[in-house]
Amino acid sequence: MNIQIVMKVLTPLLAGILFGFGLLISGMNNPAKVRGFLDVFGDWQPALMAVMVAAIAIFALAYAVSNKMKQPWFHTIFHRPSLTVLDKRLFIGAGLFGIGWGLVGLCPGPALLNIMTGQEDILIFILALLVGNRLAHFTVGPAK
Amino acid sequence: MLNELSGGALIGLAAALLWLGVGRIAGISGVVANLFLLRQGHRNWSLYFFAGLLASYPLYVQFAGAPDMDMTGNKIILLCAGLLVGMGTYIGNGCTTGHGVCGSGRLSVRSMVATCTFMAFGMLTVFIMNQLMTGAGV
Repeated sequence: MNIQIVMKVLTPLLAGILFGFGLLISGMNNPAKVRGFLDVFGDWQPALMAVMVAAIAIFALAYAVSNKMKQPWFHTIFHRPSLTVLDKRLFIGAGLFGIGWGLVGLCPGPALLNIMTGQEDILIFILALLVGNRLAHFTVGPAK
Repeated sequence: MLNELSGGALIGLAAALLWLGVGRIAGISGVVANLFLLRQGHRNWSLYFFAGLLASYPLYVQFAGAPDMDMTGNKIILLCAGLLVGMGTYIGNGCTTGHGVCGSGRLSVRSMVATCTFMAFGMLTVFIMNQLMTGAGV
């Protein structure tokens, strides 16, 4: 069997597992904790900051390493994001996302992970998220 | 604090592995869009990543027990929040991971601006909700 093909499956699978463990260990799966971080004018819990700083530092290191590589280990090219423009679309999108994030304390990663809690409220949130995806797709066009 | 730092490090490691291994940015809103909007050529890795993410939960529970999870039970708020997160991440091309972790790690000004914007709006939303709840005497 071609090792390249196997690794193309195993790498994202393992990344997903590590990612989920990261969310669970840091407590970021818990909407109450996330809203505690956003509550800067009240009972502020700065924990999310430490999660972000650690995650960013490690990814920044990996990104710097990748600049010296011709291609990823198990794929032909790095799919580098090409957008750099600060347009209306970015601000409107980030603003809407921020409001939704603040309302419940769920962003897409924890929302997907929390499917496993079996709570129907999570499914309501995710169904609405998918509807929002479609609405945006048909009103402002495909994601870039 | 140790839990936050080690959890964050694992998130960074996951993003690093996905980037160095298969050259993809670990953006979860992107994963969702890839899975359900059927974007050609993006779907496979997203599916495996999603499977791994789901698998992490029972594995974690096995070792550490069920994690804390407190969330509003108000269906209207859940619906509105889901809609806004779905629209916003799609329109703005990213969320807490794609912009927040990977974008900031790449030193992308665009992603840093997006991260500051959604954090500011999130903080404002929590502030306003707290004011309303205090006002209503809840």
